[in-house]
Amino acid sequence: MSGINDFAFKSATVNGTGSASANTLLMQAIFRMGIPVTGKNIFPSNIQGLPTWYEIRVSHEGFTARPPVIDLIVALNPSTYPQDIASLRPGGYLMYDSSWPLDPKLVRDDVTILGVPLGQMCREAFTRDRDRTLLRNIAYAGALAALLQIDMAVIEQMLTENYGRKKSLLEANHRAVRMGYDYARRHFDCPLPFRCEPMNETAGAVLMDGNTACALGALYAGATVGAWYPITPSTSLMDAFKEFCQEFRVDPDTKLNRYCIIQAEDELAAAGMVIGAGWMGARSFTCTSGPGISLMQEFLGYAYYAEIPGVFINVQRAGPATGLPTRTQQADLLTMAYASHGDTKHIILFPADPRECFTLTVAAFDAAERFQTPVFVASDLDIGMNDWMMPRLTWDDGYRPDRGKVLDAAALEQVKNFSRYLDADGDGVAARTLPGVSGKGAYFTRGSGHDKHGAYTEDSAAYAEVLDRIRRKLETAAHTLPKPVISRQDGADVGIVFLGSSEAPVREAVVRLREHGVRADAMRICAFPFAPEVREFLDRYKTLFVVEQNRDAQLRALLTIETGFPRDQMIPVLDFAGQPMTADELVTAMSTHLAGASA
Amino acid sequence: MSSISKPSVRHPSAQKNQIGLSKADYEGAMSTLCAGCGHDSVTAALVQAFWELDLPPHRAAKMSGIGCSSKTTAYFMKQSHGFNAVHGRMPSVTAGANAANRELTYIGISGDGDSLNIGLGQLAHAIRRNVNMLYVIENNGVYGLTKGQFSASADLGSMSRKGEVNEQTPIDPVLLALTLGATFVARSFSGDKSQLVPILKAAMTHRGFALVDVISPCVSFNDHEGSAKSYAYMRRHEVETVMTDFVPLRREIKVPETHEEMTVVRMHDGSEVRLHATAPGYNPRSRDMAYRHVQACIRKGEVATGILFIDDAGRCMHDMQRTVPTPLAHLPFEQLCPGSAALNHLMERYR
Repeated sequence: MSGINDFAFKSATVNGTGSASANTLLMQAIFRMGIPVTGKNIFPSNIQGLPTWYEIRVSHEGFTARPPVIDLIVALNPSTYPQDIASLRPGGYLMYDSSWPLDPKLVRDDVTILGVPLGQMCREAFTRDRDRTLLRNIAYAGALAALLQIDMAVIEQMLTENYGRKKSLLEANHRAVRMGYDYARRHFDCPLPFRCEPMNETAGAVLMDGNTACALGALYAGATVGAWYPITPSTSLMDAFKEFCQEFRVDPDTKLNRYCIIQAEDELAAAGMVIGAGWMGARSFTCTSGPGISLMQEFLGYAYYAEIPGVFINVQRAGPATGLPTRTQQADLLTMAYASHGDTKHIILFPADPRECFTLTVAAFDAAERFQTPVFVASDLDIGMNDWMMPRLTWDDGYRPDRGKVLDAAALEQVKNFSRYLDADGDGVAARTLPGVSGKGAYFTRGSGHDKHGAYTEDSAAYAEVLDRIRRKLETAAHTLPKPVISRQDGADVGIVFLGSSEAPVREAVVRLREHGVRADAMRICAFPFAPEVREFLDRYKTLFVVEQNRDAQLRALLTIETGFPRDQMIPVLDFAGQPMTADELVTAMSTHLAGASA
Repeated sequence: MSSISKPSVRHPSAQKNQIGLSKADYEGAMSTLCAGCGHDSVTAALVQAFWELDLPPHRAAKMSGIGCSSKTTAYFMKQSHGFNAVHGRMPSVTAGANAANRELTYIGISGDGDSLNIGLGQLAHAIRRNVNMLYVIENNGVYGLTKGQFSASADLGSMSRKGEVNEQTPIDPVLLALTLGATFVARSFSGDKSQLVPILKAAMTHRGFALVDVISPCVSFNDHEGSAKSYAYMRRHEVETVMTDFVPLRREIKVPETHEEMTVVRMHDGSEVRLHATAPGYNPRSRDMAYRHVQACIRKGEVATGILFIDDAGRCMHDMQRTVPTPLAHLPFEQLCPGSAALNHLMERYR
């Protein structure tokens, strides 16, 4: 680690001071140089004034997990100097704003300190206080460009793209970035040993966050009703959906909208709106996070039992309770799987990255209508709010929505008496009708006990028959939902099971383990209820690790409940601290266990 | 919600409406409410109103929450889709359904427990959104299904059947709706069908959220001495504020104008509502006047009834959302999906 196109750097700033644009600029510039890059925003749950960090990892191997070590830190927040300096690897570099002196007690002998008078330079160069603050960030981007050999032509091109319409802003940004660049070139031995060199590994790729990709998925799937209540980290999803709708869904003649987005009064109402619209035949969805899912449970149970489609995108954050709203976790698994009282089970799709946020959101709408039930898309903050490098999204124009078994007026003419919950095909899925089509298809949707005809009942057998059919319906779903993605190596006797955003660190850990002589197969679960292949995988290995980002090994519990595989035969590898996992911690945990087992 | 099917026998000479349906076609399942329940009178008024409006039953959606009142949706227009939602959450389901298909007629039936306790937030926000629907509150001041607890509309000092005195101030749905900007607010009494039917018809044709609060006594738990929502109390204290006639434009019916003070409101479907003030000088287009009048009646221990406020210029949810006239649920996929070329183009922004 730490060499040409293989390093990581981090900026430590204060929330609300405009560092995001500098960090994005740097990451995008590296990306445009054809070098695989990833960024993780570690930000506080407030608007202004608290410490925030942005980690950028450059990896010619294409690894996108959090970096194992930090090679360089840009320290602009004095309150975090001690921890920032402490987090540097030996031999690393600290760049700080030398407009103010650095406490000598903080100096580390094994770290090179680079002082750049960013504040002073900006005070001298700019007259407005706002410019002096914001452009300090662009100046450090310039200094980093010199130190890390990031192509200034690319950076300047991007500034032109971003600020081209505002001439004074563009000039100020150009000046600031040059100022930092020139200072570093004059005062330091540029470039550093670890640095960028152009590659050609990002030509077919884009940088996108998962919330944007989910929004695109909803747009392309034909969702017309979005109902939501603002909550971190899902808010930007509906914002993006709205922007896409404004671009693509406005009638060109009348300027009227082919969509309806309702900001509900709370998550209960948002869920009700999704279900109301789904019942009426529109593709509808909400986006939320753990606290919102807690509030939606009553409607989720209702929709499960009354069999109404709806898509619920859960951008998970760290719980319980309010928890850490701006930190990531995978701790809503059990809540989503069995949301609400009574016997329920919900379909969940697990995207691993923004590309799958797009494809699985489309799949979620199909599954929701095909199986007439709520479907979760289980994203998380890491996927949802961080920019990921991914292949360009593509679309098959031959795609048509799977609307499931919906009887139209003509089909109803062929039916003697319509029964809402009748399993005519033996797959557990009953046909439904949409309101407004025909009096013959009218039925009463109810959350109270009903028989297969849809009529109210308290008769034990009739009630149980419906509930059991819904179980069969979910079994049918398990066979049609996305299969687990399995990667195998010859002679592997270690298995790793995981889902979602754990993909990046697990993929890297598998490579590192192999370097340590451990061959591991890996299975990424993509959907719940589990496909038969999931249990088949579990049965193959002498040692089985279940990697997940929660405290209580919820995936492991789910595997035991649903497949019957013994819980104590699955070794939990857990990280619930709220940050994306690193491959190193996985390798350490698994290696330690394997060493202990063989000792 | 329980229900018993009714025999579907029709008398051959039964009067038909403009779309060829008899009143029986607007009925639903047999009521399982207590004999004499005010809610059944509301059901009868609803059947009459929808029949007179020539409403095609399959083009209506009946929405309700949980409680005795919410059973009502099963008892009329059985050829309409019904939705018995969760407790207090009917407004959000209706808003979602309406967002998806604006062409249907939405009839929400709720109770004071459903709307003013657990569902107060959703009711308030449905009013703010001006969801195009008829929203009937069958208001009896008590929880019937759980046997007699006070609801939020129970009057201060009124007594439960067990002798407990209510010490909390009530939430008045009419004052609430007026405060929140509702565009149609009315109150009636389940025992006064002649008043209730034209109010329901006017509310149905109103574009936007139409709240009709119907005092509907609970014969089992709130029809005793000491109740302010009993038949006896209502008969003694009801004050008709505005007499309502509903005049469908397609029928040439001349309504005798027996009152000097009359307001004619042309509804969005072309029909007219003629409001005759019985309270001197009452103007149903004045929100302030409506508020003052209702409060004055409450202070005197009276219940003001009639169409108390109407604003036919209000913008409904779809107006505010600027949605296309075609129901969103019916838009062809080709109009919704931007396609592969647009996606390719879009990807350039993420380079």
